[in-house]
Amino acid sequence: MIELRNITKVYHLGELDLPVLKGISLRIEDGEFVSLTGASGSGKSTLMNLLGCLDHPTSGEYLLDGRDVAGLNADERARMRNARIGFVFQNFNLLPRTSALENVMMPAHYHHPALPTAEIRARALELIRLVGLEERMHHTPAQLSGGQQQRVAIARSLINNPGILLADEPTGNLDSTTSVEVMHMFRELNRQKGITVIIVTHDPKTAAFTDRAINMSDGLILEGVANELQATLAK
Amino acid sequence: MRYATLFLTCLRGLVRNPMRAALTVLGIVIGIAAVVAIMEIGEGSKQQIADKFSSLGANVVNIFGASVSTSGVNSGMGGRASLFPSDADAIMQECTDTVISASPLVRASGQVIVGNLNWSPNSIKGGNEHYLDIEGWEVEKGRAFTKSQVDSAARVCLIGQTIAKELYANQDPIGQDIRIKDVVFTIIGVLASKGADGMGNDQDDCLILPWTSIRTRLMGASGSATITKGGAANSTSKVSSTDTFSTSAVNFYPGCDLQPFSGAPHPLRTRTVDSILVKIRNGENATPAMDEMTPVLRRQHKLEPGVLDDFELRDRSQFAKMMTGTSETMSNLLIAVAMISLIVGGVGIMNIMMVSVTERTREIGLRMAVGARPRDIMQQFLLEAVLLCLVGGVIGIIVGRIASQLVSSHYGWPVASSPAAMALSVTVAAVIGIIFGWYPAYKASRLDPIEALHHE
Repeated sequence: MIELRNITKVYHLGELDLPVLKGISLRIEDGEFVSLTGASGSGKSTLMNLLGCLDHPTSGEYLLDGRDVAGLNADERARMRNARIGFVFQNFNLLPRTSALENVMMPAHYHHPALPTAEIRARALELIRLVGLEERMHHTPAQLSGGQQQRVAIARSLINNPGILLADEPTGNLDSTTSVEVMHMFRELNRQKGITVIIVTHDPKTAAFTDRAINMSDGLILEGVANELQATLAK
Repeated sequence: MRYATLFLTCLRGLVRNPMRAALTVLGIVIGIAAVVAIMEIGEGSKQQIADKFSSLGANVVNIFGASVSTSGVNSGMGGRASLFPSDADAIMQECTDTVISASPLVRASGQVIVGNLNWSPNSIKGGNEHYLDIEGWEVEKGRAFTKSQVDSAARVCLIGQTIAKELYANQDPIGQDIRIKDVVFTIIGVLASKGADGMGNDQDDCLILPWTSIRTRLMGASGSATITKGGAANSTSKVSSTDTFSTSAVNFYPGCDLQPFSGAPHPLRTRTVDSILVKIRNGENATPAMDEMTPVLRRQHKLEPGVLDDFELRDRSQFAKMMTGTSETMSNLLIAVAMISLIVGGVGIMNIMMVSVTERTREIGLRMAVGARPRDIMQQFLLEAVLLCLVGGVIGIIVGRIASQLVSSHYGWPVASSPAAMALSVTVAAVIGIIFGWYPAYKASRLDPIEALHHE
């Protein structure tokens, strides 16, 4: 479960203080399928970085599974990301000239305590099969299509059995057919494995796949607006 | 992260860009190759010098008579005729801990004649049956003289290669007669070639005889001195060839009444020997042997406490040490120069690692996002740099060995493989990897994951 209490984030640009998040309180239950939408500059990337433990807030509390993670140091946040959160990126971010299988295995090598390589490999093979790429697991990213690359990235995000999947514009670089496939995959993961999925997107069509939309504007949450949008789109 | 995984990750990181890795490593390869080649050539010349000196008898202590002043004129080293053949025997019997063998040495000079040819050899030397071993002489053909031949002052001799060539161009000299100052000797052996000594004198231009034969037959024959006592008085130029191998022992050791004294008249030289050569067990450090010999000689010479030594010990290995020291200084200097090229190679590694870190910013961001801690990133890039250097080191060792082999086959320089050089270069390579890989690795580990992820 994710709970944010009055989170603020202020960037200091020289003399100037630039508040990006102006007091956000938010609760996402386990197993929710949520989208985080908003125009650029609304603070959704900053919020996503906080949710992903990549950054720490200026003030406020962030409870991840009941544990306050706002005050963790860089090493502790790294452990937290590794164990609890899976990341999927817009530009896939696969290691170049490295096989799909190796890419999937990579985050598990940073697991603490260290896992036996055989176990990591077995798990990676299973995930590659889950995303339907067992025939291409020895291909490098350059030999895979965009959709296939994103499926490898999804498999990679699941290698450490995270409770939360955080996807930043996962369909941003994909055509509409592939986008739909990928979003279906997120829904399957959410439904069947009970993983909390948070999709950050500016695209209403992508947001429409989710059960709940959190809309941000100017550093604050405008919850409900997206729901209306969803309702409109559903018609 | 497991070390095996870390190692594989680094290896993959390098293999992903093989051309760059190869070029990066080139500087280290050249540096290490230079160090290895120089050390091997240095080692080779050191061993060559050492070999040369053991052929000159580096583990030999020379005993000379001390200098003597007569009417204010100093004779210099060996001026005092204080050494007796019995001194050599006493040293061999009493200094068994440090001494292997000892031989008196007497010198003569003169013309040798064979048939219608004649020759004035560089040196005519006499020693006992240990002499050849002490000087490191090998007998190439024939045999050396024996103790009984020494005791009986047999008219036998060994000749050096130069004399064999000059006087017996196409024949076998063994068993032939040779006249030395009108005394007929039989050649029983030809010495192996030794080449020139450190001063350029031809060491092969010599004859070696039992010292007794020189003392009793050649000195007597020359008429410059007379034997005053002992059985050696029968030495004349007219000796029938039947007593060439006479076994009747002669008393060469005069009694105590002939003990020399300061300023003794020179005829005593016929009973004394020019010097004594002592082969010691430890050529590296002659001091213990010299310390053991001194009291023996003092007792032999009946020197009261407080009286200065009437002899002087000189350690030949000092010269050898000086020569090896010179070549060592030279190769150390060259290694220092090669080390500079290693440092340049290290700077090259640093340069490329910096580029690599910039280029792989996204990868670093990704690794951090999925849970790599700064220290994991640091380890990865540091190990990559060290691996590069080690690979460069190994290739450098191979290239260096090939280079030194080429040098030795091309220029005929001596080369010796030097395990120390290899160990040193691998260590140096690793240290360079750590030193020059540290800063790029540190920079990589300090990257902010959010910015790194969005780096284009």
